[in-house]
Amino acid sequence: MLTLLLLGIPFLAALILFAPKDRGWKNLALIFSLVEFVVSLVAFVIYKQNPASELLHFKAVWIKSLGINFDVSINALSLLMILLTTFLIPIIILSTYKKGVKTSNKFLGLILAFQMAVIGVFMANDGFLFYIFWEITLIPVYLICLLWGGENRSKVTLKFFIYTLIGSLFMLVGLIMLYHHTNVNGLKSWDIQALYAAGRSLDFAQQGLIFWFIFIAFAVKIPIFPFHTWQPDTYVDAPIQGTMILSGIMLKMATFGAIKWLLPMVPLGVQEWGTTVMVLAIIGIVYTSIIALGQNEYKRFNAYISLAHVAVIAAAIFSGTHQGIQGSIMLMLAHGINTVGLFFISEILFRKTGTTMMDEMGGIRQQNGNFSTLFLIIVLGVVALPLTSGFIGEFLSLIGIYQFNPYFAAVAGLSIIFGAVYMLRIFQKIMLGESKNENFVFGKLEPSENIVLIIISIAIIGLGVYPAILNDIAETAAYEALLNIK
Amino acid sequence: MIGLIIIIGLGILAMISEIFNFKKLLHPIVLVGVIAAGTFNLIEWNQPVKIQYFDNMLAFDRPALAFSTVILFVALLWFTLSRTYFKNGGHLVDQYTLVLFMMVGAIILTAFTNMTTLFLGIEIMSIPLYVLAASKKGDPASNEAGFKYLLMGAFASSFLLFGIALVYGATASFDLATIQNFIATNQANLPNFFYVGVVFILVAMLFKISVAPFHFWAPDVYEGSPTVITALMSTIVKIAGIAAFLDLFIGSFQDVSFLWIKIISVIAAISLVVANVTAGVQTSVKRMLAFSSVSHATFMLLAILANLAYNVSVETLLYYSLSYAMASLIAFGILDLVKQDEGYSFKSFNGLYVRNPFLAISMTIAMLSLAGIPLASGFFAKYFVLSSLFDSGYIYLNVLAIIAAVIGACFYFKVIIAMYNGDSENRKKIQVETAQGVVFVICTGVIIVLGAFPGLIVELF
Repeated sequence: MLTLLLLGIPFLAALILFAPKDRGWKNLALIFSLVEFVVSLVAFVIYKQNPASELLHFKAVWIKSLGINFDVSINALSLLMILLTTFLIPIIILSTYKKGVKTSNKFLGLILAFQMAVIGVFMANDGFLFYIFWEITLIPVYLICLLWGGENRSKVTLKFFIYTLIGSLFMLVGLIMLYHHTNVNGLKSWDIQALYAAGRSLDFAQQGLIFWFIFIAFAVKIPIFPFHTWQPDTYVDAPIQGTMILSGIMLKMATFGAIKWLLPMVPLGVQEWGTTVMVLAIIGIVYTSIIALGQNEYKRFNAYISLAHVAVIAAAIFSGTHQGIQGSIMLMLAHGINTVGLFFISEILFRKTGTTMMDEMGGIRQQNGNFSTLFLIIVLGVVALPLTSGFIGEFLSLIGIYQFNPYFAAVAGLSIIFGAVYMLRIFQKIMLGESKNENFVFGKLEPSENIVLIIISIAIIGLGVYPAILNDIAETAAYEALLNIK
Repeated sequence: MIGLIIIIGLGILAMISEIFNFKKLLHPIVLVGVIAAGTFNLIEWNQPVKIQYFDNMLAFDRPALAFSTVILFVALLWFTLSRTYFKNGGHLVDQYTLVLFMMVGAIILTAFTNMTTLFLGIEIMSIPLYVLAASKKGDPASNEAGFKYLLMGAFASSFLLFGIALVYGATASFDLATIQNFIATNQANLPNFFYVGVVFILVAMLFKISVAPFHFWAPDVYEGSPTVITALMSTIVKIAGIAAFLDLFIGSFQDVSFLWIKIISVIAAISLVVANVTAGVQTSVKRMLAFSSVSHATFMLLAILANLAYNVSVETLLYYSLSYAMASLIAFGILDLVKQDEGYSFKSFNGLYVRNPFLAISMTIAMLSLAGIPLASGFFAKYFVLSSLFDSGYIYLNVLAIIAAVIGACFYFKVIIAMYNGDSENRKKIQVETAQGVVFVICTGVIIVLGAFPGLIVELF
């Protein structure tokens, strides 16, 4: 029942917000998203007490003749992803609480519709349902970027849309291929266990083919080098909330999908091609880090460092080791929080300084020390300093990669050094030194901005100091994933 | 059958309405008549036996009833939608008569069991359409469309006739069941000209449903005809054509499938590429929709190519054609409303979201459905086709279909982008009549309901 509630609340909110009269009901959207967060916390508590609780599962027949069920449930992995989503969405909505920012109901409604779909992706236990939710997430994000985006939005969003559509259609083909090999009492079925069994019954070559069909969808969404070219442009041109959604939540769908759907489904395919994926990911780490070093535009810089971090996540997942997967899950959580913080700051910086170029900023610390401190916490979180959220994830991920191949780990480990270099450099550029313009006044932050930054900082430090609260579940998730693989 | 008789009666009534001076009542009479015909179809649905009429010329079995009910449903929506056009344009009586007789042909095509009725159905359907295409007398484009359609249509009909003659020569029968039996029993020693005949019939049918490379008439005819008539061509004519195609090839010529499957698989591959690539470079939305209709006809052809059990094919095609017809009605209906001085270019959709949000949202849903995005019925339509292709092992054609679908999504999204993004200065708000609004609501409703519960149709038989 809880699963239906998690889907129903944002759906209801979106319906209300799509009502014709446009009054900018920010509070309503915020309240609904907070209720959703509370419900997910309840799910967390229930899961802690009894992971097999009836409340966390729901199953109903949807299309009988095709063996499609509306089968949603919460397990360790999906619980963490749902918590991340329900935690970030109120923050994203809160980021519209500003003077002079015009938001319409429809904008908020689209965000909540997205939330509904993405939670569906995380809970679906039926291949077809998974695909449907996966595709639905695309529409609100596309519209958000198209309607409220920057100058080149039509071109950029179309590119984004086509990339992801190609990917997901290939995934559909892969899933259909598996579906035709399923056999549950003589009938075909979309059930996840039936698909697992069908995938494993295939031979080497077929598994490899299906691996690529499905992997392309994830590779585009994560994105893994060389499928990433849509990403920087889209992040730059999307409205800031759109970018937060894309980087904070949407790409987790793909990493989540890789763990839950790809690894257990075609183990031989992963065995055959996993190394290739890791090499691509590691190339991506180095390549995007170097590009990030040369960026001067803050938002584009964020896009590239986000690429570098998700490449670490991807490499850790495809190492197929326990620590690697556990670390990648923790890193997903950390990355979601960090990246939303970084993009949130980009909007503040642009509004206060009137520029996106980091060269032209500087001296902000002298004017607003509090802001500078909060920014530093987020920067340290991205660097993955011990006692911040990123540390445990990155540490475990690198262990996982090391177990797979020490040389890979050596190159992937560069990400730590690169991260420290570019993050501290931009902190220096933006916050320290003298202001470039003598009359420059930074001024105070608005209350809502302070709240958001403080919440994010608390989350970063809290997760760093006491990761066990989620790490246990991540460990279970990694265990479950590997259980299905072997 | 009663439905068919009612529609014939309506046609005759429409003809005499001018003489007996009840022209003003014609519109409501037609609506009521079409609803009555649909109701009788539903009643006949529950009759256990397949009833044959006219010495086994027509048989209304469940697939025939289903297809003809869809045709009647679309016609009902179409009559409501095009009311404004006829109010302003005159000639209501003539054109209603022609449309009603066209529907008679279309319904015959869903129910024929004899080569003669096939030919009659196609001609009864086509001849009114030639006139309707040219019905904007003052407009050269419309005249060109009518003339082109007539020439090409006559050409295709001659192929059909020749094909029927050859098949008759080999099997000595017009009756489909007899032909089927003959093929089954004499599989080894069929004369060569029989195969030629089948190929001729295939070519003629491909002409009628406009699949590349037999599609050249379609863009010009679609563009030149009045938009309401184009809406008719891309919905009712397509449904009837594909239903006839299905009956012929999954029914009668099933046993010589080795022959037509190769041809269709090549043609489908060509058509997927040609239709979608050409649609992508169009600057006129109407032409784009014409090529898109070629592409959708190809998708329906793929379902026939999969060559599954008759019932499965019927369900797939019924679902596909209904879903496509709904989206198509919305698209052409709104295209007619937004048309500006510059014609049918993408620019005429600029800023539609500001000018009339209701239309913009309906159009978005229609485009999403045509592009095949989930929860719009177009997604399941494509999904059923792809899935049945898999069943038959055409993986490469499947990949091609997916690439075509992605290219398709690009040009449907061009419309969406224009609606939400383009500047809308100096443009008036668009007024929509209540009746038209109702049609759009029903169409979007059907798209969404079918998209959420495809079982409604695919578990019908």
